[in-house]
Amino acid sequence: MTATVGNRRERIDALAARAGALPEGDGGVSLVKSAYRRLRRNPVAILGALIVVVFLLVALFAPWLAPKDPYAQSLLSEVRQGSIPGPRAGYPLGVDQLGRDLLSRLIYGARQSLLIGVVATVLGSFVGLVLGVLAGAFGGWVDTVIMRFVDILLSVPGLLMAISISVLLGQNQVSLMIAIAVTQIPVFARLLRGSMLVQRDRDYAVAAQALGVKRRKIVLSHVLPNSLSPVIVQATLSLATAIIEAAALSFLGLGDPDISRPEWGAMLASAQSVLSVRPQLAIYPALCIIVVALGFTLLGESLREALDPKFRR
Amino acid sequence: MLRFIVRRLLQLIPILLGLSILLFAWLRALPGGPAVAALGERATPAKIAAYNEAFGLNQPLWQQYLKFLGRAVRLNFGTSQTTGRPVTDEFLTRFPGTVELTVFAMVFAIGVGIPLGYLAARKHGTWIDSSSVIGSLLGVTIPVFFLAYLLRLIFAVQLGWLPGSGRQEVRLEATHITNFYVLDGLLTREWDASWDALLHLVLPGIALGTIPLAIIVRITRASVLDVANEDYVRTAQAKGLANNTVRRRHILRNALLPVSTTIGLQTGLLLSGAVLTETVFAFGGVGSTLRQAINTRDYALLQGFILILAIVYVLVNLLVDISYGLLDPRVRVK
Amino acid sequence: MHRRRATRVLAASAAALTAVSLSACASSNRDNANNDTKAASGGTLVFGAPGDPAMFDPAFATDGESFRVTRQLYDGLLTTKEGSADIAPALSESYDVSDDGLTYTFHLRNDVKFTDGTDFNADAVCANFERWYNFTGLAAAPAASEYYQNVFGGFKDTPDVPSLYKSCKADDATTAVVEISQVTSRFPAALTLPSFAMQSPTALEKYDANNLSGNEDALSYPAYALEHPTGTGPFKLESWDKGNGEVTIVRNDDYWGEPAKLDKIIFRTISDGNTRRQELEAGSIDAYDLVAPADYASLKDGGFKVLPRDPFNILYLGINGGNVAGSKANPALKDLRVRQAIAYAIDRETVVKSLLPDGAEAAVEFVPPVVDGWTEDVTKYDYDPAKAKQLLTEAGAMGTKLRFYYPTDVSRPYLPDPAAMFEVINKNLVDAGFTTEPVSLPWNPDYLDAVSAGQADIHLLGWTGDYNDAYNFIGTFFADAGGGQSKEEFGGFKSPEIFDALKKADAEPDPATRTELYQAANKVISDFVPAVPISHSPNALATSDKVSGLVPSPLSAEDFATVAISG
Repeated sequence: MTATVGNRRERIDALAARAGALPEGDGGVSLVKSAYRRLRRNPVAILGALIVVVFLLVALFAPWLAPKDPYAQSLLSEVRQGSIPGPRAGYPLGVDQLGRDLLSRLIYGARQSLLIGVVATVLGSFVGLVLGVLAGAFGGWVDTVIMRFVDILLSVPGLLMAISISVLLGQNQVSLMIAIAVTQIPVFARLLRGSMLVQRDRDYAVAAQALGVKRRKIVLSHVLPNSLSPVIVQATLSLATAIIEAAALSFLGLGDPDISRPEWGAMLASAQSVLSVRPQLAIYPALCIIVVALGFTLLGESLREALDPKFRR
Repeated sequence: MLRFIVRRLLQLIPILLGLSILLFAWLRALPGGPAVAALGERATPAKIAAYNEAFGLNQPLWQQYLKFLGRAVRLNFGTSQTTGRPVTDEFLTRFPGTVELTVFAMVFAIGVGIPLGYLAARKHGTWIDSSSVIGSLLGVTIPVFFLAYLLRLIFAVQLGWLPGSGRQEVRLEATHITNFYVLDGLLTREWDASWDALLHLVLPGIALGTIPLAIIVRITRASVLDVANEDYVRTAQAKGLANNTVRRRHILRNALLPVSTTIGLQTGLLLSGAVLTETVFAFGGVGSTLRQAINTRDYALLQGFILILAIVYVLVNLLVDISYGLLDPRVRVK
Repeated sequence: MHRRRATRVLAASAAALTAVSLSACASSNRDNANNDTKAASGGTLVFGAPGDPAMFDPAFATDGESFRVTRQLYDGLLTTKEGSADIAPALSESYDVSDDGLTYTFHLRNDVKFTDGTDFNADAVCANFERWYNFTGLAAAPAASEYYQNVFGGFKDTPDVPSLYKSCKADDATTAVVEISQVTSRFPAALTLPSFAMQSPTALEKYDANNLSGNEDALSYPAYALEHPTGTGPFKLESWDKGNGEVTIVRNDDYWGEPAKLDKIIFRTISDGNTRRQELEAGSIDAYDLVAPADYASLKDGGFKVLPRDPFNILYLGINGGNVAGSKANPALKDLRVRQAIAYAIDRETVVKSLLPDGAEAAVEFVPPVVDGWTEDVTKYDYDPAKAKQLLTEAGAMGTKLRFYYPTDVSRPYLPDPAAMFEVINKNLVDAGFTTEPVSLPWNPDYLDAVSAGQADIHLLGWTGDYNDAYNFIGTFFADAGGGQSKEEFGGFKSPEIFDALKKADAEPDPATRTELYQAANKVISDFVPAVPISHSPNALATSDKVSGLVPSPLSAEDFATVAISG
């Protein structure tokens, strides 16, 4: 099964099947426990988790951590075309091209970038989840209709899809989040449907059905909870993609219209024009994006390994 | 086999129909609708009315959609607002450049990725392995346009080793027949033109090829590790076959099956990834044109380009499926 | 076809000219041979242009990229002096004005031919004037012949819109007499504009030059404008590769003046400023326009030449006074004190020092200091946030919400980085007690359309002068746009004082008095605050060290005939 994947759709389904294939008799609780045990022993997972936690804290406590007002153009009068003041007392990383403290902007930027990533992923995974559950639980024509729709979404490459939606909804932060969210829907829908199909045929589900338990109850209290682990893995990985994609949209001029608001992607895009004057203005936000994306990716990959029985051998 | 291909082709029809509905709805949902999209925001009500009349926008939606579909089937996507040329013509002028770039990027990704992934698997657990894993993680997380800027800054601007923008040195005044510049140089025997066009592909090609490279390294590595543990490989080893023979005949060949799927998928995705890379390198292809269309809100061009690119993407995936069917008979039966 | 026309021309010309014309033919044939063997090589210059030209019929062109090319292909009756905005002779060696200022007699050069062999003479001059005056249909649409309509007003076909042009008559081959209907400071200065360059009447007819198609929003141009522009300039069009954004022009060996040094110029479109710089640094282009201010120093360090143009422009923050019926503008802007508060809130000195290149200056009024009519003696609004707050409080308008429009993805000569300019001014306004709602739009057409339709409360815009004349600045902005109201982008304000002052100055024939009248107009405007003048900023060309002879023009009217390239 796992080797004969024909295309992207089936690949995701296969992934779902694999991640959802629990050993017989293994309950949800013990699964989480054993996964946690394995995670704790994995240095990669710890590194990933550490990065994620640190950045989340920075984002949460930005107002207390930032040394300066990220909007104040306090050193603007010292900025000249072709020279931007470097680090000095009170400005450990120097200032940007409008004389604003770079460190403070990076700190507030964590807030903005993570917010976009998290909201987009939660939104995308939720809609995908609903579609997947409906398809997986009802089957039949509901399944066909939903999955055809998902196929259509999948037939437009992600970035193009995000561009179309941003253009359609106009330039603002919400439309940016929605644009990224829509590109995430198909993955989650397929993932959940696939892993539900696997769960549905499990002994406990069949047994429950034989005992006359209502279908809705089986789905909600047995099948769904057991299908969630691949979704959590995928959501962690998707967060990384969402943050990178937001940066790309900013670069294409489809980002937040309030350009004063610190956001890594926008900072990176606007620093391109002073790349030869002060490359740090581009490098620092780029590093932030890379490190956060790396953190989520490492965490996601280790979660997958921890939850995947195949890796237990 | 034929039945498999036919079945795959038939499956395309609902997808393409759905896609056309989606993009039809997209243009309709734009602020002001298609008339404003075509005439600009300053258009007078009288002009909008005239436009709606002329293009049948007063008819019921389903009739309008059928007309749109009829035109789309004949590859008529209207005219670009900025250049006044048919969108299809614009696409055909730009597409060869993007194809050249994509091919170069894939050759780079495959040429480097498979050996690297294989090496990492063979040296499993060594520093070669871990650094290729870290490298491939970085490759996926670095924003493409930032990498493109860095490559250009270092290799084109500061070191001056490679050209950093455009598709060909204009002073060469090369003859263009097919718009595939590398090919054109070969056809007209302008070897220097061909070589120059190839050099222009290097930096954008590497920038564009980084993500597929990273993915190919990972998949190759994982799949070689998988296969190496399979029973038939152990059997072969137990039979006393030479290590090299085992590697070539058994491990590599079987490991490459999942890799080939990835390659196909990534090729399709590169067509859209080119938006970022082509913009940075001022590379006159489909991607940089899309970027300009975003800036100028050239809706007709956006709609046409996205639809055509999606079709190309779907077709590339279909080709992958078919070739996969050829490689692995199990797929056909399923 | 060609021979028939040539014969007619020959028959009409003097015997002496026959010889010239014949030798011209001969030399142009020889020249083709030369090109094939590449004997006399003056080299090729590759120029990085920020945008694509629209086409090459200057009468229909409105954008700088089209003009950059047509300036090399055509000459006008008059031109501007190299490196300045002052009038100089061109195809007309001199001209006389009648005492009433309504009749101009142009004395033409007698040694000039169009590149198709047609003679340039007084008949050709009148043919050009008559062509403009007789535009109908799409050719008469504002989007097509914008410059003609700005300068001359209406057409023969539009009796309700008066035309400045009255008649043109050829007294003899080298004397053209042009009559105009009223005195204005625009004429004859406007004849220096590339739009009014002389075009070959033969070629105009042969290639159907007036036959525009499409619609007003998407004009399609005839073969003349796209493939066969025919002038008397130092270069000829060779090819235009639209797909790759490359225009190639080659030397006109029969040029009447000093022939061009270069064999060929390729104008290559590179819209991104960073890319243009890096292309120059990498050597794949030889020169480019609109250098980002941040790059001046690094380019010079790298051994490149930066050629700044003297500032001949104005950047302003336009204010929508909200006098148009149904206007969505904030009504608080009708209050003079609120407009003054905006003016006091902006820290021009810092803007100029930090965001603009060396040589930029803070503006106190809407004309640059080199223009006649500029005066020190206007009401000044120096940076004073406390005063701004006080004025706002007095007007009861603290916290007034302004929709602040600015363009994206564009670099203008007067506004190198709109986003940065917006961010700084926006912060100034917020600090002074306004609230703002930023709206960014792509430059063309969205931004320009939205602003001219009066959708913004305040907006960033500017202007580069066409010739040394105050009306070309303040008249363009603040003159009566019809019905006793200003343009919609300034909210259609009703200020008879401003309108009268401008009208009087424009119609004054005596230069000294005219200057005084313009100074008076500038004062009235400053008091009214229909907008806030911000800066006059130089912009620059850059070239490699191999390029010589490129003289920057404050009007961006560089003549490439004098340019040479070595090695």
